[in-house]
Amino acid sequence: MSKATCLPAVAGLALCATGAMAQDSVLQVLTYDSFVSEWGPGPQIEAAFEERCNCDLQFVGAGDGAALLARLQLEGPQTDADIVLGLDTNLTTAARDTELFAPHGVKADLSLPIAWDDNEFLPFDWGYFAFVGNAGDDAPTSLQALADSDVSIVIQDPRSSTPGLGLLMWVKTAYGDDAAGIWEGLADNVVTVTPGWSEAYGLFLDGEADAVLSYTTSPAYHVIAEEDDSKVAWAFDEGHYMQVEVAGKLAGTDQPELADEFMNFIVSEGFQRVIPTTNWMYPAVTPEVGLPEAFGDLITPSEALLLPPTEAAELRSSALDEWRAALSQ
Amino acid sequence: MARSPVAIIAPRWPGGASAALVLLLTFGTLAAVAWQAEWVGGLSTGDWAAVRFTLVQAFVSAAVSVVLAVPVARALARRQFRGRGILITLLGAPFILPVIVAVIALLAVFGRNGVLNDVMVWIGLPRVTIYGFHGVVLAHVFLNLPLATRLLLQGWLSIPAERFRLAATLNADVRRLLEWPMLRATAPNAFLVIFVICLTSFATALILGGGPRATTVELAIYQALRFDFDLGRAALLACVQFGLCAAATVLVWRIAARAEMGAGLDRVVQRWDRAPLALDAIAIALCAGFLIVPLGMIVLRGAPHVADLTAPVWWAAGRSLLVASASACLCVCMALSLALWGGRVAAFVGVLPLAASSLVVGTGLFLIVYPFVRPAEVALPVTALTNATLALPFALHSIAPSVAAIQDDFGRLAMSLNMRRWTWVRLVVLPRMRRPLGFAAGLAAALSMGDLGVITLFAGNAQETLPLAMYRLMGAYQMDQAAAAALLLLALSLLLFWICDRGGRVGAEM
Repeated sequence: MSKATCLPAVAGLALCATGAMAQDSVLQVLTYDSFVSEWGPGPQIEAAFEERCNCDLQFVGAGDGAALLARLQLEGPQTDADIVLGLDTNLTTAARDTELFAPHGVKADLSLPIAWDDNEFLPFDWGYFAFVGNAGDDAPTSLQALADSDVSIVIQDPRSSTPGLGLLMWVKTAYGDDAAGIWEGLADNVVTVTPGWSEAYGLFLDGEADAVLSYTTSPAYHVIAEEDDSKVAWAFDEGHYMQVEVAGKLAGTDQPELADEFMNFIVSEGFQRVIPTTNWMYPAVTPEVGLPEAFGDLITPSEALLLPPTEAAELRSSALDEWRAALSQ
Repeated sequence: MARSPVAIIAPRWPGGASAALVLLLTFGTLAAVAWQAEWVGGLSTGDWAAVRFTLVQAFVSAAVSVVLAVPVARALARRQFRGRGILITLLGAPFILPVIVAVIALLAVFGRNGVLNDVMVWIGLPRVTIYGFHGVVLAHVFLNLPLATRLLLQGWLSIPAERFRLAATLNADVRRLLEWPMLRATAPNAFLVIFVICLTSFATALILGGGPRATTVELAIYQALRFDFDLGRAALLACVQFGLCAAATVLVWRIAARAEMGAGLDRVVQRWDRAPLALDAIAIALCAGFLIVPLGMIVLRGAPHVADLTAPVWWAAGRSLLVASASACLCVCMALSLALWGGRVAAFVGVLPLAASSLVVGTGLFLIVYPFVRPAEVALPVTALTNATLALPFALHSIAPSVAAIQDDFGRLAMSLNMRRWTWVRLVVLPRMRRPLGFAAGLAAALSMGDLGVITLFAGNAQETLPLAMYRLMGAYQMDQAAAAALLLLALSLLLFWICDRGGRVGAEM
């Protein structure tokens, strides 16, 4: 039994792997996994854009938001991608530092609760982080109240997950130098910390904790897709930290016109209409058809918190140390 | 594993080629990552805390797994009962599960809302919590006890029937004369394998450890690669992991004795030493319960939703089967060639992939491949190749002792017949190795089925494997479908394992 006997099998695999052939021009969009999945916005957006561009729009999934940036850094200037879609404001400073992005040049009337002025990164959706619990449970009304309570929560690790990093920034923005105290208070509430959002949400649905860090829009999923109104997001007095998801055009694209067309398409009806019920976030530009009815029942935070990208990047390391010290006791 | 004087009979070049491939995928990928790094500072205090935690949890997890496996393996070795074969196959299940499925299964039993706590509340006892150091150990024992049991069981089965017969004739103590020397030889190696597996644990340790206390080196590598894009720190941490593995390997080689059981005529083992049946029954029942109840939870949760699985998930399953088969074939060829090569180099190369961080391997491969082809185009072949290499230590573990024994027992005879190299492999080695070869192929196939390492970095949509599809379903709120995909994954892995393992046992009374 020599290794030669295995070669046909491996060669066969290689043949299977090279399937899709290009039509005329190809626009490659690097994005996160859940955007591309058959449940995500990817398929509908691909169909809508290909209808008008006479091109082949290809989405390439690369893990979550953070993995997406790492992937781009690994590929470097010779990347095949024309557009990167799915970074958030905690990552844009590092993304800008790669010097791989070009100005997007899109003017749009954004419906974000904050002012947006960034000529490289264009928001395509946004949301508020929130703890999601079961309807009927006693809901704490602030981060402080949560820390003082004995409510159990599952959170994501800020070292490996973007929502986890969002919570870190939420506590830091709301409490500044007292953030360490809040984390010490939260330590006995945290049942466990997971590497990513999926594991945490799965544990919550299995009843491992009273609440999970997710988004204010999560209950809308359960209402619309499962007709289940038993999940609610808790409104906190300190305000809620935002996640703004952005797209950027790569300077090295070999399809600059097509890329510009797609950047403009991002803030148009065809893209934005799909977002609420596939990505379960707020669209960056409210579509003409409006938001789904279930979105009207969601909580509206008293204040939208968001650190400017440079400040978020500077604070991250010290905030991480505080978090680790408080939860390691 | 000193080189036997007759090892020279076997052809050498396949072993050399396999070793080169392993070195490329472990040290080569590490070098590729280090090459691209901008070196800014060394390891932080947090990193060293992660090293300490990693070492302690791996040591305790491996020790507990091996100690608990002794009574179970002995019971399985000396008892015949209905369902024994199925039980032994099922024993492979937890080990080959993707981590997240295993964690969910464990939490369904031991979690806050799990079966155990339901029972505790029902009989009026306080709830127990699984999260903490004990949770990490529990999960690692769940994942590795079956492996330890299988490795020790192979040890028991390698004692020729003639030895037991002789011991019975002499009315000698089987435990002291046969079983203890066999354990001295196999247990340290089983400990080593599990210790090194636990060294590279990441999600299991974090989720069940209940927070950043349970930070392992692999998590630190993940952070360095994905969040900080600090390739230098990732490479340093990977070196630390290799260093720990090398130290453990050398230590175990000093401790482990070599069993000298001699040749047998492959008779069916009969035992004359009468041990109390109750003890064996309890050992088997406890172990089976500990392993099968969580697996049952996967079946219960997934079964109602299997019909809802969409076509892309079935396609992904097909791709996984293809990758797993290729990986198993390649892995067995590599393991056999390394075993025939023999010697300490082959043995070391055989442990090396265990210590490799799959994140570093993936990133390094990506850096090596990227200038030449689009990663998605080679996603499946690269995954098959990497999976074969990562499963190599287990395959080698199951094959090497048999090859060494065959060389010791029949090598002189073959040399006196002036047997040619390939003839020796074809006529003497392969026919006598059906059982370990089948087991090795099954293990490699099943491990490859559940792997979620390199593929995450390489695959586009058209190359999605079943574990990746399952993970993406979870990320899109589709928890029910994900549960069904997990069940499908469990079933297919076990099926592959069973087919290979059964194939190896045809005509042999195990």
